[in-house]
Amino acid sequence: MDKVIVADNLSLAYSKDETIINKVSFSIDSGSFVFITGASGSGKSTLLKSLYGALKPQEGSLVVAGVELKGVSKSKLNLLRKHTGIVFQDYKLVKEWTIEKNIMLPLIISGYDKTIQQNQVDTLLKHVRLKHQAGKYPKELSGGEQQRVAMARALSHNPVLILADEPTGNLDDYSSQLIWNLLEGANTDLKSTVIVVTHHIPESMSIDYKHFHIEYGSIHEVA
Amino acid sequence: MKSLRNHLSLVVALLSILFSLQTFIIVERSIEAYKENLANNYSLVVVSQKILNKNIIKNQHKLIKEIVSLSPDKVIKKLNSGISKKNIDLLKLSLPKFYKLVLLHYPSPSEVNNLTKALLRDTSVIKVETFSKSHDTTYKLLLLFKTVISVFAFSVGIVTILLISKEMKIWQFKHTERMSIMGLFGAPTWLSSAVLFRLAFVDALIASALSFVIFSYVSSSAWVQDQLLNIGISVLIFDPVFDFAIMLSVALILSTFLATFIVISHKEEV
Repeated sequence: MDKVIVADNLSLAYSKDETIINKVSFSIDSGSFVFITGASGSGKSTLLKSLYGALKPQEGSLVVAGVELKGVSKSKLNLLRKHTGIVFQDYKLVKEWTIEKNIMLPLIISGYDKTIQQNQVDTLLKHVRLKHQAGKYPKELSGGEQQRVAMARALSHNPVLILADEPTGNLDDYSSQLIWNLLEGANTDLKSTVIVVTHHIPESMSIDYKHFHIEYGSIHEVA
Repeated sequence: MKSLRNHLSLVVALLSILFSLQTFIIVERSIEAYKENLANNYSLVVVSQKILNKNIIKNQHKLIKEIVSLSPDKVIKKLNSGISKKNIDLLKLSLPKFYKLVLLHYPSPSEVNNLTKALLRDTSVIKVETFSKSHDTTYKLLLLFKTVISVFAFSVGIVTILLISKEMKIWQFKHTERMSIMGLFGAPTWLSSAVLFRLAFVDALIASALSFVIFSYVSSSAWVQDQLLNIGISVLIFDPVFDFAIMLSVALILSTFLATFIVISHKEEV
């Protein structure tokens, strides 16, 4: 099976003195569903940030979808991000844009036709049960609804890789279940590789998944 | 409403800088026109024992526009009762020669002083009348007026720069988040900053258009026209095409600088 992520002796740090992830090696198969768990401050989110190039490797090598992220150029990184869907814990929605435009963002960046953009947004709004809120602004929605918008945005351009950082962190059961269903659907229907950083793996998972655990700067697969 | 608020802050800052700039230009233009007017009405009188060679003097002193010989006929006419024609001709010959010097522009007191000294170097010149008292007072008044307006325009300029730098921080805060989010989804810099540059362009256009309307209205108002005519200024103090081009250029340069600064100082969130 093709590898979508290959890390070799990878070290990650925010400053020279403080290494968060220390010389880890692992790989993730294309089309798999992966959970990364660990205690608070263990480096889960740091690892996820490195996967979309927000944090460059301090040492070692990290290849995502065939792109080496150590010393990657801005244009190559942009190309990788165009094929990646990211769900942030704090949603990161553009405040001055409507829900509809927020979901459209990856499609606008990729230069899709306006009709395709609108059709895709309409479909996703139905999936996340927010069709009636399309013209509203993020601040007019609850946290759960905002996260559903962020989820729709991450799926809008049918990405090959979906990265989610604690996507159900502070959400109610209804929104959480909706998010897990969408992530499972993206993995099974769109064949996207899904990597989720979380404290707890939901019991309701109906598909096979892999589980990595981070502890003391190293990562290991949980059988 | 939200969109109006987005535009208002930069438009106000740009408007105030354009206002100070345009005021300065108009005052400068009016003063120049007034000086030209004064120069046309101002002249020096030179008294010489001999006939002066006008061309030589004109070539020696670049400030002189024209030398006009003043005829002594009027003075002699007052004395001619009982004086024979022969004696009048003799009197004419023995009288000093009077010349009026018309200058190219309204001179500063030091220019008048230098010209007087230079003319007096010619031994045949016995007197140069500069009407210095009236000239100096007018010149000082002009200078004072120009300085006051310059200080005013400069102060408004400084306040505006402070306003713009504050605006920079607000813009930085407002636009950085959107640019970061767009960057996380692979937007190139030109796309993530397009909104910013569009806003800068539109605001520059609005501010220039507003300034244009204000100054067009003020400069063409009957009251302003009357005041200018009263002091003998008949030039165009507000040139619609040239001045609008200047205002638009300044507004575009400033707002583009502001947008570029934000794009350059933008750092990706980690």
